[in-house]
Amino acid sequence: MNYHDLLKIPLAQLLAEYPYLEDFFSSFGLQLQAGDQTLQQYFDALDPDKLLDLGLSREQLGKSLHDFLAGMLSLEDSTEKVESLTIIGGYDKSGTAEALEITLRPGQIICIVGPTGSGKSRLLADIEWVAQGDTPTRRRILINGAVPDGKWRFSTEHKLVAQLSQNMNFVMDLTAEEFVRMHAESRLVTDPEEKVTQILKQANQLAGEQFRSDTPVTSLSGGQSRALMIADMAILSRSPIVLIDEIENAGIDRKKALELLVREEKIILMATHDPILALMGDQRLVIKNGGIARIIHSSDTERKNLAKLEELDNTLLALRNRIRSGDTLEVIIQ
Amino acid sequence: MRFLTVSGPPSSGKTSVILRVIEALQARQKKIGVVKYDCLMTDDDLLYAKKGVLVKKGLSGSQCPDHFFVSNIEACVGWGRENDCDFLISESAGLCNRCSPHIKDITAVCVIDNLSGINTPRKIGPMLKSADIVVITKGDIVSQAEREVFASRVKQVNPGAVIMNINGITGQGAFELTTLFEDASDIETLKGMKLRFSMPSALCSYCLGETRIGDEYQTGNVRKMEA
Ligand SMILES: Nc1nc2c(ncn2[C@@H]2O[C@H](COP(=O)(O)OP(=O)(O)O)[C@@H](O)[C@H]2O)c(=O)[nH]1
Ligand SMILES: Nc1ncnc2c1ncn2[C@@H]1O[C@H](COP(=O)(O)OP(=O)(O)O)[C@@H](O)[C@H]1O
Ligand SMILES: [Mg+2]
Ligand SMILES: [Mg+2]
Ligand SMILES: [Zn+2]
Ligand SMILES: [Zn+2]
Repeated sequence: MNYHDLLKIPLAQLLAEYPYLEDFFSSFGLQLQAGDQTLQQYFDALDPDKLLDLGLSREQLGKSLHDFLAGMLSLEDSTEKVESLTIIGGYDKSGTAEALEITLRPGQIICIVGPTGSGKSRLLADIEWVAQGDTPTRRRILINGAVPDGKWRFSTEHKLVAQLSQNMNFVMDLTAEEFVRMHAESRLVTDPEEKVTQILKQANQLAGEQFRSDTPVTSLSGGQSRALMIADMAILSRSPIVLIDEIENAGIDRKKALELLVREEKIILMATHDPILALMGDQRLVIKNGGIARIIHSSDTERKNLAKLEELDNTLLALRNRIRSGDTLEVIIQ
Repeated sequence: MRFLTVSGPPSSGKTSVILRVIEALQARQKKIGVVKYDCLMTDDDLLYAKKGVLVKKGLSGSQCPDHFFVSNIEACVGWGRENDCDFLISESAGLCNRCSPHIKDITAVCVIDNLSGINTPRKIGPMLKSADIVVITKGDIVSQAEREVFASRVKQVNPGAVIMNINGITGQGAFELTTLFEDASDIETLKGMKLRFSMPSALCSYCLGETRIGDEYQTGNVRKMEA
């Protein structure tokens, strides 16, 4: 199927297959009616005066339609699977070479640690940009051992990286369900309703406190928003790499959240100072002065300590719940 | 000289983004000129001057700033060339959603912000819909998913554009945007070039200064709502 074939299909059939085409036209103030007319015939019959009133020219609308259909069709191509991500060292802020090469694989969790201003976000940005020696760090990023196709950089359909960033605010006036539906539709998935149900269910399993699907996104708590964003990312995103920039940890089951992402066979890089998250990682990249100064592989002893940390964490969580339910804390361990 | 038109709704972050790009270009020893178009007043020229770039400002006063823009931009391009600029950037506020400063074969940038509401991309005309690069700002204020939803609404009305999220304050993403500026159209003059989209045919008595209300005062190209 190519662009020209699409133009010859009767609208009734086309809309049945690509329902979001209707929304594309309505975003220009135009209505597409299911019928025997083909897309080409519909386009040719558009009234030039009406187009002018809508601030459109036939030429520009034609180009947009072409670009939209091309994007839609490219979703049907199966993208090359990402088997590995390689970071080839560049230079730190003083110009000292990092002199290293790190290869990461799906299912791995890599933590990025280092003080503020050391260059954690820059490393994540290098990966997102698929840097080729053209960023301040001069690092290079390879996919499956090779310089990847330029499409990764600007395409929204084939994004290499999904990012979960610090901010969890919403400004849109939508309920959780409406929001997730809009997000699912924007990804042009074929079964948006099913995805919406899955995401809301999963988010509620991750959130410390349950929320209803008709809760406005603007009134979700921090933990609920984070749970919603992680579920949304795990279920909707096709991107094989997940970057998490210093996400706060309260009000969400961190372990379940990471497990969910790992299960989706993603490569996870996470800037964090949270000891539990850091120990859940396979390795930690220590960033100093803009460069990767050290690579720490989580040891068995560290992993054993993870159990202790989780116990501490659960103790604190239990105390938090007691405060929430109006209890006093005169006795800390009951 | 590379020339780009940057436009977008008021306060969307045009000046902030251009300033961040200027910093990145200056780090590469480029000489930059900026022409700032506005309607009533602007202090943006002072911000640009502080960066040590050449600045020219034009206030359109009683005219639609985009009409004013197109009447003056050719001379400004000449000014940039005379001053040996490597880059000339024009900033103009899209005060009228129907007009647009974008010119065929000249790299066109539209700046829009995440806080402007999900229906805004639909409401903006050729300024957004015909841009080559759409910069979305203020992503720091909203969550990732909301950024994606907003970007997808932009993509829907301009599926061919390169869409980039830039933080106008910290400059996150500006480096990446600058690489696109380096590829912008290289020109000698605008003579013979064309606007991407015609500007509205508003030539009624009110365009010419009429203030009185009533049918008898309305002449020229007048259009009536359906009762
Ligand atoms: N939080 C945030 N504020 C921004 C960002 N970009 C611009 N601003 C602020 O938005 C306001 C308007 O920006 P300005 O560049 O003057 O917009 P212009 O009118 O389009 O030139 C200023 O207060 C900027 O500091 C951004 O990415 N994040
Ligand atoms: N290797 C490097 N060379 C030059 N500049 C760098 C390098 N690494 C980081 N920077 C710059 O240092 C600043 C702080 O880095 P950032 O990634 O924001 O730190 P963090 O996220 O750890 O707080 C940024 O402006 C970044 O571009
Ligand atoms: Mg950071
Ligand atoms: Mg400005
Ligand atoms: Zn106008
Ligand atoms: Zn008028």
